[in-house]
Order: sequence, then C-alpha cells, then structure tokens
Amino acid sequence: MTPLPDGLIVVAKRDCPTCQLIEPLLADIEQRAGPLTVYSQDDPAFAAGVRGAQYDSTLEHSFRLQTEFVPTLIRVENGEEVERAYGWHREDWQRLTGIPGLGDDLPVMRPGCGSKTLEPGIAEKLELQFGNIHLHAREIETDADDLIEACYERGWSDGLPVVPPTPERVLRMLKGTDRNPSEEIGLVPPDLAPCTVEKVAINAVMAGCKPEYMPVVLAALEAALTEEFGLHGLLCTTMFAGPMVVVNGPVAKSIGMNSGGNALGQGNRANATIGRALQLIVRNVGGGRPGEIDRATLGTPGKYTFCFAEAEDSEWLPLAEERGVPSGNSAVTLFAGEGVQGIVDQKSRTPESLAKSFALALRAVDHPKMAMAGDAVLVVSPEHSRVFIEAGWTKARLLEELERLLQFPGEEMVAGAGGIAEGLPEQYRDKTIPKFRPGGLLIVRAGGTAGLFSAVIAGWAASGPVGSSPVTREVKV
Amino acid sequence: MTQASVMLDPTGELSPAVRARLARPESLAGKTVGLLDISKPRGDVFLDRIEERLTEMEVTVKRYRKPTFTRVAPTELKQQIAGEVDLVVEGLAD
Repeated sequence: MTPLPDGLIVVAKRDCPTCQLIEPLLADIEQRAGPLTVYSQDDPAFAAGVRGAQYDSTLEHSFRLQTEFVPTLIRVENGEEVERAYGWHREDWQRLTGIPGLGDDLPVMRPGCGSKTLEPGIAEKLELQFGNIHLHAREIETDADDLIEACYERGWSDGLPVVPPTPERVLRMLKGTDRNPSEEIGLVPPDLAPCTVEKVAINAVMAGCKPEYMPVVLAALEAALTEEFGLHGLLCTTMFAGPMVVVNGPVAKSIGMNSGGNALGQGNRANATIGRALQLIVRNVGGGRPGEIDRATLGTPGKYTFCFAEAEDSEWLPLAEERGVPSGNSAVTLFAGEGVQGIVDQKSRTPESLAKSFALALRAVDHPKMAMAGDAVLVVSPEHSRVFIEAGWTKARLLEELERLLQFPGEEMVAGAGGIAEGLPEQYRDKTIPKFRPGGLLIVRAGGTAGLFSAVIAGWAASGPVGSSPVTREVKV
Repeated sequence: MTQASVMLDPTGELSPAVRARLARPESLAGKTVGLLDISKPRGDVFLDRIEERLTEMEVTVKRYRKPTFTRVAPTELKQQIAGEVDLVVEGLAD
C-alpha cells in the first residue's frame, strides 16, 4: 500500500451538489495551501484544472481512506492523517487549508453525500478486493444463468432452494461474528472435514440466515461436534432423529426467534434457517447425505431444520439455566430429536391429572415396551404450564412427578408380554423399570397462549453415552 | 451469454471442484443398454449395428428416439430411459 501523500486530500463525486459547490475552490487550495490530491469517485473531469486530481475509478483510494461522506477533506503530515472534515463547513475548511477567507462567498455549511464506497453491493466488493479479509474457500466459477440451479446440480441443497453463496454474501455473513474466518470450529463427521467459521458462514448464507444469527449457528455447531452429542452416529443411523436446537436467553428475542404460536412449525426466519444451516453443514462440510452415509429408514421433517426458542417464564427455570448456564446468558441445547407427537388434554385442571396425561404419552417414546433407550423433550405450552405454575409446581417438581409416574413393572415390559414380541430382556421381569435414563427427560416451555396442548419430542433410541446426550453451549454474542 | 459467477465452496473440499464422470461398468453382463437415436440422419445405421453387436453378446438392448436433435430430450423420455436401462449409447452425429 502506498503511503499517504502529504498535504491535503479531497474525496468527492460529481453527483454530490456539495462537491460541485466546493469544486471551484480546489484550484485555489492547490495553489495556496500546497500539495493537494483530489480523488473523484465518478467523473474523470472533476476538478480538471487541479494537477493533483485523479479519477478513483476502482474506488481503491476512497476505500483505503475509509471515506464515508463526500466531500471529505483530509490533512496529512509526515504520512499520517492529522484531521479530516466532512461536507462543507467553511470554518473547518479554512482551518484545515490554512486559507483565511476560503469560500467566504459560499454558505457557512452544506452537508455532503454518502461516499460511493458505501453503496449497497459495492462496500463488500471493495472489502474483498482491497480489504484485509482473505477468504480461503475454493472459488467455484460457473456460467450457469441460474445460480440456484447450479447449487442443486452440485448437490449442495437439502432439496429446497439455497441462497447462492457468493463472496459478497459470505462476507456480509461474517460480519455477524467477531471470530476469525479461518478459526476451526471442529471436524464435521462423517468425513471429519475441518469446519472453519468461513465454512459456517457459507452454509449459513445458503440456509438463508441473517448475519446476526451467526453466533447461534456457531454455538449449535460447537455443541453438535462434542463427543457427548455423537453427531456421527446420529447422522448415520437408520432411525429417525436429527439434531434439534433449543435456544435460551436474550439472543432468542434479539434475533426475533419464535417461541410462541407455531414455535415448532414454519414461518420464522431465525428458527427455520439456524436449524437448516446446521444440517447444511452436516451435508456439505461433513458429507452426511441421505442414501450415502445417512441411512435413515424414514427420517423426519425435522432433518430439514428443527430449531426453536423456549418461551421463558419467571416461574419456570429455563432449560439452559437448569443445565448450568448463568441467568441472563444465551445458550443452545442440542438434542437428537425425532418428530413432534401432540398431547391433547383439554380437561385436566390439576397438576396431578395433567402429569398423568403427560406420563401416558411419554410412555410411547420408541415403543411403550421399551425403556431407557431414547431420551425425550416434553414441550409444555403456556396454558398447560399455567396449571402447574398456579399450583406452585416448578419444572423440577413436574419432572420429579413424571419420573415417579414413569416406572413400570418389568412383567409388562419384557419381550412377549401383552402378546408383543418387542420388549426388554427377560431378566427385567421382576424389576421396576424407569422409562427414561437419569437426565433423559427434558422439559421446555413453548407455544402459543391458546391451546391446552403439549408435545413429546422423542429422542434417538440410542440416547446417552451409547449414542447421543443433550449438550448445552453458551452463545458468545 | 451470461457472465461467469463465483460462489464459495460450502463443502469440505475433499473432492475435485469439477465432478468426476461416473465409473464405467466393468462388464455389460446382466446390464440393459439403451440406444438413443437423437434423430440425426443415419444415427439409426450406427445404432442398428451397435444393437447387433450387443445382442450377439447377449446384452439386453432397448431403443429410444428423441423427437428432434435440436432440442434436449423431453423430461418423460429421460425419466423413461433412466428407469429402464443401466447405461446409454447415444448416436450424436450424421
């Protein structure tokens, strides 16, 4: 990079009325105030009589001078900028040029215009060309007339259209995090390919994320790549589950996530695209594709995307806090989730009755005769949670009650019992069997304010150390 | 003519940027071969001879024909071919 020219620098564009206003002064300034460099952003003939006038056709000079407005007047001494002024302020210009009486016939003040370097679509191009950022991902050149189709052809899509990951979009996405684009988050199975912040950004672009979702996507990926979460097995399994993301804390509100009506459904950009970004990373970076290493027999629609926020309530401890995240911090909890099974109970008005309903529904996870195989998330709607809260039941109290209710006599659960060959080994016949392993049942509050409905989200039947355990990670905003 | 666009590779970059061709089958035994006539003159002469040779080798052959060489094959035809054969030989020139 060339050193700054000593003397005065003016950045201007013909399109700006204030620049036109000061144009006649420039020759005078050059003559009386020493070396003057004028960079014109749009017109090669701007300040034509000034020796130091240059057409900044690539906008490189304007970019390097971090020009935000035109005209900008900068004073440089010994290669260092000492002062700059924006627009036309007669007093400032007289001081910076050292010319008393400069522009005395002009108005005292006229605001300038925006610099061309900041126009939409140009700022990113300039940063990629002249800035300090260096992207490392391979550039794929294509002459396809439809980039969305080109992404399909390359196998980058989950079946729905993806946003083509152009360098400009990726750069914008990277503005959503302070983390270095080349920082490695981890190795993504099944190929165990290293995934950098940049690769996360590329896939987040494709998923349709906004830059401000990046911290949540990064936290979700970090959680997914932990040993406990066991992503490799999860994406290979013949069973249904895929990574589900529950978001807690202030970030959920600040990025506009849905924890209310239709929280588990479609229609919210953050919910939809954060979950999808994670799945696209699995597909593209890790190479986990259905029909190849993803051997799911049926799968679940949640494998497109499955992400929602908890409707936190002061009376019920949020999931992340239960799992050790300090109050007021944001976090994601990853859970190997199957689909949503509704619980319709519009008649229970006591916590005891409603807890029994929940227990009955939870018994169906995996199979009513299986136990300690799959974890489960119980999503309690506001109207149902009110039944417990009004009776003074905390989440922990409800969990305790459910654990008590979800104990079954072995003789009902063993293979062959009830005329059903599926079931637990004979050795459990005389034992009392808990449905879930310790810590295998999570409770989250979410949903619209009308509806006496809750939901069971069954976990992978290989939950726990053998397969996948829920993992919570703080979101670093 | 459209301008070349650049996208950043979202993958783990473990495979070449340009997709490799599918591997050729090691043998034609048990395979069904489609012969696609694109409707260029004398393409049928070439494909008739190929059919003769394949039939001698006891390979099952199915014949297809595009309505016109000036257009890509209709989707139904492509789907039909993909569903019925293992590989395709196409007669391109006249």
